[in-house]
Amino acid sequence: MTATTFIDGLSLGAIYALIALGYTMVYGIAKMLNFAHGDIIMVGAYTVYSTLLWMGKPILAVIFAIAVCVILGVVIEKVAYKPLRGASPLAVLITAIGVSYLLQAIAQLAFGAKAVPVGLPRFPVLHIGDKLVVNVSTLITLGVGSVLMIALTLFIKKSKIGRAMIAVSEDRKAAQLMGVNVNRIISLTFAIGSALAAVASIFYLMQIPNTSPTLGSMPGIKAFTAAVIGGIGSIPGAMIGGVLLGVVEKICLSIPALNPYTTAIEFAILIVILMVRPTGILGKKIREKV
Amino acid sequence: MAGYFKSIRDGFKLRNFTNYILIAAALILFLILELTGVLRRSHANLLAQVGFSIILAVSLNLVVGFLGELSLGHAGFMCAGAYIGCFVANQLHKTSLPPLVTLIVAMAVGGIVAALFGFVVGLPALRLKGDYLAIVTLAFGEIVRNICKNLPWFGGAMGLPTEQYGTHLFIVAFAVVLLMLILTQNLIHSKHGRAITAIRDNEIAARAMGINVVFYKLFVFVFTAFFAGVAGVIYGYYTTPVIYSSFTFNYSIEILVMVVLGGMGNITGSILSASLITVVNFVLQSNLSGDQAAIKYLVYALILMVTILFNNAPAFRPIKEKIGLQAILSRVRKKFGLKHPSENPEEIVDDSAKWHRIPTKIKMDSILSTDLKPADDGTLEPDPRQEDKHE
Repeated sequence: MTATTFIDGLSLGAIYALIALGYTMVYGIAKMLNFAHGDIIMVGAYTVYSTLLWMGKPILAVIFAIAVCVILGVVIEKVAYKPLRGASPLAVLITAIGVSYLLQAIAQLAFGAKAVPVGLPRFPVLHIGDKLVVNVSTLITLGVGSVLMIALTLFIKKSKIGRAMIAVSEDRKAAQLMGVNVNRIISLTFAIGSALAAVASIFYLMQIPNTSPTLGSMPGIKAFTAAVIGGIGSIPGAMIGGVLLGVVEKICLSIPALNPYTTAIEFAILIVILMVRPTGILGKKIREKV
Repeated sequence: MAGYFKSIRDGFKLRNFTNYILIAAALILFLILELTGVLRRSHANLLAQVGFSIILAVSLNLVVGFLGELSLGHAGFMCAGAYIGCFVANQLHKTSLPPLVTLIVAMAVGGIVAALFGFVVGLPALRLKGDYLAIVTLAFGEIVRNICKNLPWFGGAMGLPTEQYGTHLFIVAFAVVLLMLILTQNLIHSKHGRAITAIRDNEIAARAMGINVVFYKLFVFVFTAFFAGVAGVIYGYYTTPVIYSSFTFNYSIEILVMVVLGGMGNITGSILSASLITVVNFVLQSNLSGDQAAIKYLVYALILMVTILFNNAPAFRPIKEKIGLQAILSRVRKKFGLKHPSENPEEIVDDSAKWHRIPTKIKMDSILSTDLKPADDGTLEPDPRQEDKHE
């Protein structure tokens, strides 16, 4: 394993962690799995593609992608998930799968099934010392990703809204009695999660400059896996899980003997961790109450 | 396990005739069409597809509808069964065995291997619940697919070429459906089936009633995986080559759509919706080309969302009570003066005379006399300790 592989892994891990944060926050606060979260990345990628095609300004593309994803995330929550509040988790999960299919089908009807190239600006490759070869985009991903994660942690811990979020995730009814507007907190959670997904989609496009209707499904499932490994509902857990999965993926890809089995190894890690700790690395133990 | 077969032997009945009649009538109708040469080749293939879709939907329904756990890896079991069953079939085709025997052996091998995988997936199911289990089944499906893609015996990225069985495949498929219905419906209506639904409704309460949750969870996973594997072998015979890319997560969702549309926990519903979706799929696929194929997924998405929202959202409850299927059926029943099967009072038999009474050996005297201690001369005097307390 070279240092380059490790840095590439950290950067991929940052992408996974950003997506995983969306899963984990929604799970913690709305107590549901937002299966359509991966497809929000895809919508973000297509927004970047369209904006670059029409206006050609990368900064505008970034802003539009975040705006579109935030609006979409909140709308999905209002239309598909809010009517099911209090229904069985299975029902909500199946609806979320339905939303995921809907987004993919619409994208395919609008843009076609083929992958289209996205014209983001190319970044130079840096040679540090003799061995270390790093793309600048990798460093940007790593830097911006870390800053966002630190900012999010501070926001949740220090701000009033963030503490309201923690309160809702711990006990929704009690939080409501204390004057927290639960519906607004849930909408805000979806908004933050979708914004992070939009940022992740831009980083993803910097690594692989193509987008297709199924772009979001694999990173989505991997990030979900990362969130579960870290303990779903736990914000530091999502970061740890994401980075772990990203580094493991890059290491496996760099070893020829393991290369074809990368996906299998990643999912096997998930199963092993869940066998040992059924609620993930940092997950809280669920007490069964009668 | 022995208990399961014993109870099956004791109470073996052909229950829920609608389903058998449905399948048998379809089988006989299409058999006549086939023998008279009316049935076209493409339609015979469609029938085989309907057959294995029913097997997949009913077996997934057992996990989702009856055990109440979401499995997103059903295509993974199918993949394991298809690859290994067809691999065995390819070896047997070199010998002089008749094709039907080869197919049956392949189905048995594919089913058993898939059942082993079901056991392996069932193990984490014992510790995990709900969403965690769903992601593990999904992960498992992807692992199976990833390994099958890379094993050199299975043809790698090109897929495993298989022998074709011809147009008679649908007869075998429907025979398996009938067999599975007999097993499944007897299981559901036995005490084991009631134990499984008890776990779904409240696991803690079920455990408190002495139900062996570990055994039943593993059992359901093994049972459903077996039939998914058998369906995989039929699939392998239906299409060539068997290729890893057909068993994606999306295929698992497709089976889930069938179960949800038919109604979770309703076998007849699964049969009907599996047939309907397969036929609709066939029609859409032969009429839509290129990017329009996405309409299929649009339809799936709408089915999933509308069915779930209609059935679960509190906002839709008044509408559901007016125009829902159950409401319409009960109105029809009222009109004709019929009763719902569950309302039939004759079904409840008073068998209290057969119950074993537990003999009570507690003597009332021993309870009542605790406070009084007999004196040496036999007369009863108040207990001295009691007096101490009063002072």
